[in-house]
Amino acid sequence: MSARLIATALLVLALIGTAGGARAETLIVSLSRDNILIQSNFTGERLSLFGVIQREGDEKGASAAYDAVVTVRGPRGAVTVRRKEQYGPMWLNLDERKYIAIPAFLAVQSNRSLTSIASASVREDLRIGINAQVPQQIVARGANDPRFREALQRLRIAQGLFRENPEAVRFIAPNVFQAFVDLPGTAPLGDYDVDVMVFANGAMIARGNTKFRVAKTAAEQTLATIAAEHGVWFGMGTSILALLVGWLASVIFRRD
Amino acid sequence: MQIYLPIAEMPVDVFLILGMGVAVGFISGMFGVGGGFLLTPLLIFVGIPPAVAVATQGPQIAASSTTGALSYWRRKSIDFKLGGVLLVGGFIGTILGVLFFNQMRRIGQLETVITLSYVVLLGSVGTLVSWESLAAVIKAGKVPPRRRTAGRHNWYEGLPFKLRFHRSGLYISVIPIVFIAILIGFAGAVLGIGGGFILVPALIYIFRVPAQVVVGTSLFQILFTMLGATVLHAATNHSVDLFLALLLMVGGVFGAQFGARAGAQIRGDYFRVLLGLLILSVAIRFAGDVFTQPKEPFSTTLTETVR
Repeated sequence: MSARLIATALLVLALIGTAGGARAETLIVSLSRDNILIQSNFTGERLSLFGVIQREGDEKGASAAYDAVVTVRGPRGAVTVRRKEQYGPMWLNLDERKYIAIPAFLAVQSNRSLTSIASASVREDLRIGINAQVPQQIVARGANDPRFREALQRLRIAQGLFRENPEAVRFIAPNVFQAFVDLPGTAPLGDYDVDVMVFANGAMIARGNTKFRVAKTAAEQTLATIAAEHGVWFGMGTSILALLVGWLASVIFRRD
Repeated sequence: MQIYLPIAEMPVDVFLILGMGVAVGFISGMFGVGGGFLLTPLLIFVGIPPAVAVATQGPQIAASSTTGALSYWRRKSIDFKLGGVLLVGGFIGTILGVLFFNQMRRIGQLETVITLSYVVLLGSVGTLVSWESLAAVIKAGKVPPRRRTAGRHNWYEGLPFKLRFHRSGLYISVIPIVFIAILIGFAGAVLGIGGGFILVPALIYIFRVPAQVVVGTSLFQILFTMLGATVLHAATNHSVDLFLALLLMVGGVFGAQFGARAGAQIRGDYFRVLLGLLILSVAIRFAGDVFTQPKEPFSTTLTETVR
């Protein structure tokens, strides 16, 4: 990881030094790691992302202040949101809505509050923020009820799987920024995409993306694969282990 | 200290899980119940996915009942013949239970069925046991608790297919025993429990099996039921977590040792009062879930993931 960081830093330095050309901004992003391996001691991971805004053909002093929004999305899946309602003396799950393509992890990070970076309509168009990232579609029957969608976001935020952080992006030079992405220990496995947008004066001027993958290490994956593909043997192995542990304990504790 | 569970796909605190294993093992060893009715809700409470919780409590209960059953075996207080008959019934019940489970899941009311069953089953068994044993404690042994007397039999004991169970000192029909075992197997498959908390009172009150034999025989039956359940769960829904099971087992076998010693020092009447109150308190907790207004009425379920 450190080798990669150094390489990134060198790249950053090289790019700060360059200037000149046509009047357009390009964005280059680099992630500290593109493969996160989960071992038995995995409790979460911090990724860092560097972004460099390369300006061409602009006078040196005419730079507007930049803003950056980094959106990290985990693998998507369908989610059912259920609501308990009173039924006689009981409270039962009587109402539900289904949502498709809900990211299992969602972090929207920026250098200041999203509302001060861009107007509501721009944010709506570019789908910036948790609310804009959660799709509206409802697959099954049932009228559109915004409370279910709100509850979905509220619950995911409480679980630490959805978050908005207006302080997670830091500009280390006028055209270079760094962002931290903290993955929780419960981070779902799969492919994550990172969408980086740069704004100036409330308008998006450059966009870039990258991705990374969260996977189990060979040992962890082997165990999971055996459990999935050879269930009977896995169950028998576990049973024998249970008998063994039980027998061992009875030998250890025997007082005859 | 945290460890990542490969099947549950989340990190857990090692000492928290070990502690839960010890606590449930203690109760298991003390009362001869598996403790599944305590462990499953506990695991779900700390955030383990319900499917993994139900499947993984199997090996933990198997391990602690192995220890328990072995020590009762040495004291010759397991009725293998009775245990065998119970296993046959339990097997039939388990198959019926799995069919019912899948049917309820199709209708979409599984959670409600499970919660209500817990309330009804634990509530009625807990009330019966506490009531009867409290009455016995209050009478302070003036009337010995329903000892078997020669020539007095309940109608169900005289049904056909009579068998002699030497260890338990019984000569009764196998029909009511198999019937009870089917019920327990059924409940076990639907609720993810071993059924010891139904079996122990049933053997004591309905069949009047001597208390020493009851616990050993119950542990024997639970052991084999749970081994079967582990293999079935691992084969069908692949949600037995080996790491989680190992932690629970290690905690559980230690707890079971202390539980068994504590249990041996308690008078029979008090023993049953405690068991009754324990079952009743779990029933009340589940009733609270259903009968009080929830703080957060919404819940989410991941129905499918694209990887």
